[in-house]
Amino acid sequence: MSSAIDFRAVDIIFGTDKERAAALPLVDAGKTRGEILEQTGAVLGCAGCDLTVERGEISVLMGLSGSGKSTLLRAVNRLNKVARGDVLVHDGDWQANVVTCSEGELRKIRRECVAMVFQQFALLPWRTVAENVGFGLELSGLPAKQRAERVMAQLELVHLEDWAGKYAHELSGGMQQRVGLARAFATEAPILLMDEPFSALDPLIRTKLQDELLELQERLKKTILFVSHDLEEALKIGNRISIMDGGRIVQTGAPEDIVLKPGTDYVREFISNVNPLSVLTAWNVMRDARDLESAGEGWLWLDRRRTTRFKLDDKMLVVGAERDEKPAIWVSCDKIETLPEDRPKVYWAHAGTPLKTVMHAMHQSHTAPVAVFDDASRFLGAIGIRDVLKSVLRR
Amino acid sequence: MDPLSEWIAAWKIPIGRWGREFFDFLTTNFAWVFDGIADGLASVLDGMVDLLLWMPASIVVLLVAAVAYALQRSWKLSIGVAIGLAFIINQGLWEETVETLVLVVAAATVSMAIGVPVGIWAAHNDRVYQFLRPVLDLMQTLPTFVYLIPVLILFGLGAAPGVIVTVIFASPAPIRLTYLGITSVPKPMIEAGQAFGATRRQLLWKVELPAALPSIMAGLTQCIMLSLSMVVIAALIGADGLGKPVVRALNSVNIPLGLEAGLAIVVLAIILDRMARIGREQDR
Repeated sequence: MSSAIDFRAVDIIFGTDKERAAALPLVDAGKTRGEILEQTGAVLGCAGCDLTVERGEISVLMGLSGSGKSTLLRAVNRLNKVARGDVLVHDGDWQANVVTCSEGELRKIRRECVAMVFQQFALLPWRTVAENVGFGLELSGLPAKQRAERVMAQLELVHLEDWAGKYAHELSGGMQQRVGLARAFATEAPILLMDEPFSALDPLIRTKLQDELLELQERLKKTILFVSHDLEEALKIGNRISIMDGGRIVQTGAPEDIVLKPGTDYVREFISNVNPLSVLTAWNVMRDARDLESAGEGWLWLDRRRTTRFKLDDKMLVVGAERDEKPAIWVSCDKIETLPEDRPKVYWAHAGTPLKTVMHAMHQSHTAPVAVFDDASRFLGAIGIRDVLKSVLRR
Repeated sequence: MDPLSEWIAAWKIPIGRWGREFFDFLTTNFAWVFDGIADGLASVLDGMVDLLLWMPASIVVLLVAAVAYALQRSWKLSIGVAIGLAFIINQGLWEETVETLVLVVAAATVSMAIGVPVGIWAAHNDRVYQFLRPVLDLMQTLPTFVYLIPVLILFGLGAAPGVIVTVIFASPAPIRLTYLGITSVPKPMIEAGQAFGATRRQLLWKVELPAALPSIMAGLTQCIMLSLSMVVIAALIGADGLGKPVVRALNSVNIPLGLEAGLAIVVLAIILDRMARIGREQDR
């Protein structure tokens, strides 16, 4: 995969030129925002931020308010000026450094490469829904006829085709933000900046729009840089999450990495209120097949109590199973309700099966362990009760 | 007087004399400029007045009522406008009303033509605003009669100086309200424009001006009202219109004439105010 946005050692400082120059050495010395403000009068936005956003992924910037996440996002289309460092934007083979590029190049970036969705929607109240969606296209000078076609296509995408002639204030908050989304999609920019787009909505609508965004993303494959202060949201939609604190990125990783291996106390505190079941999968909690105890002659114990064992061939495919020394069948835990009770069963899950489903299977059938297979049905490992408890309690 | 005050008074700064010398300088050296402006303005105003008076009064009434309907889409308003103007014809003040109408419309047009661009400029450039603020305060607080004298000297008697004093008095309103409208455009809207790649010009025409329109229209209404309030004062320097009968009534203590002309001004004010209320109720 190639990258779409590269942040390289980005510092953003708010203040006069003089204050900014005075603040840079302090940033290098690793001073906090409070110290820098006190000594120079400049406000530190971001310091030393390095981040690569891969093409087609959803990268989430997470943090409390004032952590610099929006500030960093807004550097991508130069709504915030970068004091030092580079922000590279790639569109196909074309690339530009937002920090140093000319006004003309910046306009090209803003019109063709990077579109933005705002927290408070930022729709223009004197324009109809359709005119709002066509705003970006109008600025780039697209003829009215082509514009109308593209606007209609976008409105269908967000299910608002019947509202084209209405004004923004006649729509609910959720609908207004769908207009904001359509406006951003309309320019066909490959990169989307979303600055807490769902924070102003009530929880039910928020969840619905998150689902819609994920659904659209399946089809459109945009590169999305998303700012959120809500970790549940970040874990749900992010392929990668960067946690920010005081203008600095403290940890970047996949959602489950953040939950299972928090790098600092700040991150640990952040995730302490999160329900791990919403992110963890069978893969995250299983014990690897190589760590399991051998039961001789190609057999492998799945649990420490030695109740269940599998016989594996050299390709790691299961050829035999026993529970409590009786032959058993192995069945997917997705099918738990439909199976007869007659024979001993060993449940199995895919690596990507949510931990919730695995636990559900354990609870319903009163059996542990659960085996984990990959997509080619090869045995990967096993999950016992203890593994589940350990991961949920994060010990 | 105490010695200190005496000493201070002994050194009178000759502001008045400087002012006179300045205006003497202007009249001797640039008389052609001011005469040109006065003649040009006068011929435009006279042309408009002549045109409106050449048409039968009833046709003009219908035209104004039609314009009122076109602007506000309200039958009630256009009927009200027609009745108001018919009352003025009935009072025998039609000619004066047409002259006043032309004066007010001309002054408001010039004030808006100056006020809106200056307001935009001030909103985009803080230094301009810092310079402009005391100037606007001066224009609004300086008693009208004070600048009546130099305007009279520079432009002579007639309708043209009437328009010019009216513009001096009325243009601060659109400047201030345009400034206010542009500076109070919500920041996210500006950023939306920038984020989608608007040039400065596009930002002005597609975001700032539409967002500031209600405020700018309020500036227009105020500008018209301020212009109307100058009608009587403009009559003092020879501008024709409803101000003349008022001044005449004042000089001859003629209560009936004063009442009739005063009422005609009020009727005109109400008509213009209702007609100029665009964009406040409709657009939101």
